[in-house]
Amino acid sequence: MIEIQNLTYSYDRADDKVGGLALNGINLTVNDGEFVAVLGRNGSGKSTLAKHINAILLPMGGYVYVDGMDTLDESKTWDIRQSAAMVFQNPDNQIVATIVEEDVAFAAENLGVPPDEIRRRVDYALGAVGMTKFRKEAPHLLSGGQKQRIAIAGVIAMKPKTIVFDEPTAMLDPSGRKEVMKTITELNRKYGITIIMITHNMDEAVCADRVVVVDKGRIIIDDKPRNVFSDVDKMRRIGLDVPQATQIAFELKKAGLDIKCDILDEQECVEEIIKLCR
Amino acid sequence: MLKDITLGQYFPIESPVHSMDPRIKIIITLVFIIAIFFIKSLWGFVAVALYVIFAVKLSRVSFKLVLKGIRPILFLIIFTALINLFMTNGEIVNIGGVPLKAGFLKITKEGFYSATVMSLRLVFLVMGTSILTLTTSPILLTDGVEKLLSPFSKIGLPAHELAMMMTIALRFIPTLLEETDKIMKAQMARGADFESGNIINRAKALIPILVPLFISSFRRADELAVAMECRCYRGGKGRTRLNELKIGTRDWIACLSMLTFMAVIVLINMYL
Ligand SMILES: Nc1ncnc2c1ncn2[C@@H]1O[C@H](COP(=O)(O)OP(=O)(O)OP(=O)(O)O)[C@@H](O)[C@H]1O
Ligand SMILES: [Mg+2]
Repeated sequence: MIEIQNLTYSYDRADDKVGGLALNGINLTVNDGEFVAVLGRNGSGKSTLAKHINAILLPMGGYVYVDGMDTLDESKTWDIRQSAAMVFQNPDNQIVATIVEEDVAFAAENLGVPPDEIRRRVDYALGAVGMTKFRKEAPHLLSGGQKQRIAIAGVIAMKPKTIVFDEPTAMLDPSGRKEVMKTITELNRKYGITIIMITHNMDEAVCADRVVVVDKGRIIIDDKPRNVFSDVDKMRRIGLDVPQATQIAFELKKAGLDIKCDILDEQECVEEIIKLCR
Repeated sequence: MLKDITLGQYFPIESPVHSMDPRIKIIITLVFIIAIFFIKSLWGFVAVALYVIFAVKLSRVSFKLVLKGIRPILFLIIFTALINLFMTNGEIVNIGGVPLKAGFLKITKEGFYSATVMSLRLVFLVMGTSILTLTTSPILLTDGVEKLLSPFSKIGLPAHELAMMMTIALRFIPTLLEETDKIMKAQMARGADFESGNIINRAKALIPILVPLFISSFRRADELAVAMECRCYRGGKGRTRLNELKIGTRDWIACLSMLTFMAVIVLINMYL
């Protein structure tokens, strides 16, 4: 479980004015097994928030608890990083070794896990992301989506309870996006891993159980995707998009048609439009 | 494509030599290199040649591949041979009563001999190291170097850090090459010219490639450092490995073969 209480942070230590705060009083609790999407404009503080969850950044005000461990407690730093892992945007800059399975083993090696247990974890992690076939390949020969799955396997080998993703699909093509999103949802549904995923892609945010919107270092919305996206005007005011299907329904309604607005995916949209035609 | 470059010259097949412990291979190669510098007689080189042929056969790598390593230093070998051939003092060779001597250049018996010995030494030196790099993956090579240097970490030699740097360098060379290619194409699309002009102009043309490359490397390094910290990296202390190095029967047999080889060399040096 992740508990964030009244968290503030500023990159600019010298000036503690409210204007210079990257995070300004964040309160957020993420329960075990949840899938939370974090949205927000560029520079709203999403990445800063994510880096607090595994003690890469430490709170200047307030507290962050990961499974009850305070991130300010230095003796717990490594336990926290093991419990709440993180995957970044660019897979190229996260892969350390020249062979896939060596890279997946990296985290477990750092934790001092015995070799036969590392072997078991590597097999498990590669299986979980569906990359067992590629275990002996060189990472630089893989596609972007495959590389990102390797990066995910690399943190799964730590057996984390939570994985924080910072725009995991931003550098991928549509097919890479799809395979990474499938992997992430599967980790949540099948393996029970808590997911916190930062994204700019609204269709990906729809996969989550809960959507959190960050703006100017504060959380301004925290609700189910359906409730969040049905208020298209509000999202626009914040400067965010809504999923394409929601957008279509919204425009149709504005044009005077009797259609409901809380639509999230293509399927629902098609059904609603067919209903209209009857 | 730049992407397909192979690093080092590792030739991935299965053989008794490939599956040896890299530490033993490195040590044997070092001993071998030192040994060939002690050999004086041509009989010694016969022994060396037999040993190398034996190792190559065992490694199932083709001779052509092993000999390929000689090409880049062929010039050096020829140059050394010529210097030795023409500049060594001693008994001047006569052909049909004509002494082979012109100014300060002369061909002597001793010169002929030392030219042969020097070239053979260089050739076998390259072949020996080629067998090592052809049969050992870069990862195992760095692992081996790390383990061999680790006793020196007590006196402050950063063995683990060196090995880590080597691994990361190997990992990022293809990525950076690809990036260089991308930047060059981007600059060429804006009219940059890398091919014409004198050497100074060409060097100048490289600046717009190197600057973005450097900046992006620093950004990559920064991101990689954070990603490594996120995966609990905290130096070599307390670290375990997926594939621990193990010395087995095969390695002891190899050591034995090396000792036999050394004994033969010593005997040849003493009696022939
Ligand atoms: N290393 C840093 N040093 C100084 N300021 C920073 C640093 N990183 C981020 N900031 C600032 O902190 C604020 C929040 O940045 P953050 O990276 O958390 O935004 P973000 O929501 O992740 O944006 P994006 O969608 O572009 O990734 C921004 O104003 C940014 O300029
Ligand atoms: Mg960000």
